[in-house]
Amino acid sequence: MSLNDLYLSLKDLWFVLIAVLWCGYFLLEGFDFGVGILLPVLGRGDTERRVLINTVGPVWDGNEVWLLVAGGATFAAFPMWYATLFSGFYLPLLLILVALIIRAVAFEYRGKRPQAAWRRGWDWCITAGSAVPALLWGVAFGNIVRGVPIDAHEHYTGGFFALLNPYALLGGLTTLTVFTLHGAVFLALKTTGDIRERARRTAARLGPVAIVVAGSFLLWTEIHHGKAAAAGLAVVAALGLVGTLVATLRGREGLAFAGTGAAIVATTVALFTTLYPNVMPSTTSAAYSLTVHNASSSHYTLQIMSVVAVIFTPLVLLYQGWTYWVFRKRIGVSDIPVETPGTVGTAA
Amino acid sequence: MNTLMLARWQFGITTVYHFFFVPLTIGLSALIAIMQTRWLRTRDERLLRLVKFFGKLFLINFALGVATGIVQEFQFGMDWSAYSRFVGDIFGAPLAIEGLLAFFLESTFLGLWIFGWGRLPERVHLACIWLVSIGTMLSAYFILAANAWMQHPVGYRIDHTTNRAVLTDFFAVLTNSTAVIAFFHTLTAAALYGGVLLVGVSAWHLARDRFTDVLRPALRLGLWASLAATAGLLVTGDIDGKIMTSQQPMKMAAAEALYTTSKPASFSLFTIGSLDGGKEVFSVRVPGVLSFLATGSFSGKVDGINDVQALEASQYGPGSYKPVIPVTYWSFRLMIGTGLLAGLIALVGLWWTRRGRLPERRWFWRVCTWSIALPILASSFGWIFTEMGRQPWAVYGVLTTREGVSLVSPGEVLTSLIVLTALYGVLAVVEVGLMLKYAKAGPPEIEPPAQAGDAEPRLSFAY
Ligand code: HDD
Ligand code: HEM
Ligand code: HEM
Repeated sequence: MSLNDLYLSLKDLWFVLIAVLWCGYFLLEGFDFGVGILLPVLGRGDTERRVLINTVGPVWDGNEVWLLVAGGATFAAFPMWYATLFSGFYLPLLLILVALIIRAVAFEYRGKRPQAAWRRGWDWCITAGSAVPALLWGVAFGNIVRGVPIDAHEHYTGGFFALLNPYALLGGLTTLTVFTLHGAVFLALKTTGDIRERARRTAARLGPVAIVVAGSFLLWTEIHHGKAAAAGLAVVAALGLVGTLVATLRGREGLAFAGTGAAIVATTVALFTTLYPNVMPSTTSAAYSLTVHNASSSHYTLQIMSVVAVIFTPLVLLYQGWTYWVFRKRIGVSDIPVETPGTVGTAA
Repeated sequence: MNTLMLARWQFGITTVYHFFFVPLTIGLSALIAIMQTRWLRTRDERLLRLVKFFGKLFLINFALGVATGIVQEFQFGMDWSAYSRFVGDIFGAPLAIEGLLAFFLESTFLGLWIFGWGRLPERVHLACIWLVSIGTMLSAYFILAANAWMQHPVGYRIDHTTNRAVLTDFFAVLTNSTAVIAFFHTLTAAALYGGVLLVGVSAWHLARDRFTDVLRPALRLGLWASLAATAGLLVTGDIDGKIMTSQQPMKMAAAEALYTTSKPASFSLFTIGSLDGGKEVFSVRVPGVLSFLATGSFSGKVDGINDVQALEASQYGPGSYKPVIPVTYWSFRLMIGTGLLAGLIALVGLWWTRRGRLPERRWFWRVCTWSIALPILASSFGWIFTEMGRQPWAVYGVLTTREGVSLVSPGEVLTSLIVLTALYGVLAVVEVGLMLKYAKAGPPEIEPPAQAGDAEPRLSFAY
């Protein structure tokens, strides 16, 4: 292989790796967003809400790091993409930041005081802080795939409201409903007693909605761009969601979770497949589109990054997987430590 | 206000705020790991209580470190997209590697440590907090390597067809002398932070004769850590100064508001006057000390602002290459002054608490408690000096801050500046409130382990 070919395949490799990072992020943070969104619906009373929060307690922060690494990897491998995307989608990203901040703090601080008002306030932060990014990530990806106005200097020229087009909004609705469903089946899998029952019923009700919403979004994507591979992936995603619904109705919780997981990964991969070889197509002129080729770092940087990724990604997968193994047990109301005035927020 | 000014304010505010929490995360995780190790060795229950007590404070702090870190990661693209395009080939790599190597490690093993009490074997559980601590240090190294590249760019060339910086030697970026020394200086600053927190919190209780037997070991550990850290800060700060003088002569001149090249140069403890090169009203000076800080010899020559300005103008074209001198001048001495004061308090504390003594002087305990503010101030001043002293450059000698800013509207940046500042303000109040509440509650009692015949034990920790 010539040096130039090698460079080209490294650019492709990094496009794939960034897709993998987003898959990991949506797959993992997807269910903790879902748990957050369902907090007021499924958690009746403080103890039940604590059960819900503690199903994701040990893992949510590790899940969020997938986003940070996706962002960092984009910066390193495709600096022009990172620069145009982050400065272009300024206000939506600010909203996401605010949401992620209040959510992170809420998990940690909610249990630290006994007052009902304090806890209600933080519960609200968890729910809003989960719902807003769950919606906005879909809107952002919808816009990236659809294309946005970008000028000859790689600057986004569309303003805030151009981002709120029907296709992108449907994308947002898709991530919102699918993540909520993913959270519901996760809860059915991780809890006991009443909560488990309620989570299952919610999942059964959400399933059809998710199938319709995600189905229309993927169909629309397909009609617009018509990529054969993406069509195959869309079918996989739809099958995953149908599988989730069937499995939920039959009480097969593990399978149901695998179904939403497959749907999320297939949808994400379908979007990236549709995008390739662009990373941010311009609707102003195809000549201004950012692509895998014109937005990437140098060959040398990609080589360094590849070596690091090859060594450390398996290691990360290994210990994150181990965490899920350690905390594999279901939890229920009877597992939550009893609070007396002296033990509120019993930490470590 | 234009986008540039607003983006600078936002970067300064959010980063200084992020760094309120960062050093405590780095310093306290190591101290907790040490205490937990000693507990496993000695089975002294007091140590376990200390681990749980300071563990709580650590978690309250950590939450804000994480929450504010996300902003930092996004901000380069949002506000400094021209900068990101120009340097992405070099600057992105350490950031991405930091995430992969450090953030995953910290967050995953912290989750295991918090929720793993009683569930993981004791040694594995201990390993978790050590891995958290290692993660924080790795994180510091990579982000400081990125920052050091801005102070002293190495291992790159400029591609004139694309007008971008291109990486040529990643190893040089990681072993940049500026990165190595900033790492040790920042790490010792973090140790001071952690040490002083142990001292300050323990002192509050000791002044009230509470938990004396439990907190005395924490007090002594904190005092020793503070003293060692201060010594480390002096050594690393001294080396840092010499490296800085050779790489960024303007910064050392600006640190002293030294306008004319001098040999030897004296160091002023403080100055009354305008610091604009005009006649000063009054100052207290120590002869030769600036020469020593800059060159290692009490009679060395230190270049003055006017000469460096002339030199840089001939190198880079006409324009002003001076930072805001009063800011660099005062932040430099306040960093040293507030930090050394914390070290001095530790020295006195060690003497007064030697061989089991506990002083009756209430005022001394009060000073110890208030000294928690000192390392916070010192580190903030240190960063303000480092970053503002680099101005007008974003990447020294290569790219100015002005050239790095995004083409976003001032309205957008103003919105985010207001939103983030307000949010950070509220969170600061909440954080301090919780810190005080849990610090004042004192070390928790240890519950007896569950009996064999008990029903399924409850979670030993839950949010
Ligand atoms: C010297 C150390 C240091 C410095 C200069 C910075 N940070 Fe930081 N950062 C840490 C040391 C650290 C840490 C010790 O690793 C933190 C603090 C609390 C924590 O959770 O980890 C952290 C958290 C943290 C997080 C959240 C990680 C998570 O979710 O676990 C992000 C995304 C960043 N930082 C990013 C940045 C960026 C982009 C910076 C540059 C402007 C920056 N930090 C400056
Ligand atoms: C955590 C400790 C840090 C603090 C407290 C800090 C503080 C500051 C301050 C006060 C400014 C504003 C300077 C001015 O506008 O005059 C600034 C600017 C900047 N800093 Fe830092 N900084 C820190 C770490 C970093 C790191 C680690 C990086 C990069 C990896 C970095 C990159 C920048 C950039 C890109 C600017 C440009 C904006 C500007 O120059 O105004 N900083 N920082
Ligand atoms: C004791 C004497 C000290 C000296 C001589 C000293 C010297 C320096 C110098 C020269 C820099 C600028 C580095 C650069 O721009 O390249 C610096 C930065 C800094 N200082 Fe200090 N310092 C001292 C004490 C302290 C103390 C007590 C603290 C905090 C507790 C502290 C925290 C910092 C921080 C956080 C930075 C920014 C990071 C860096 O560039 O290393 N320093 N110091």
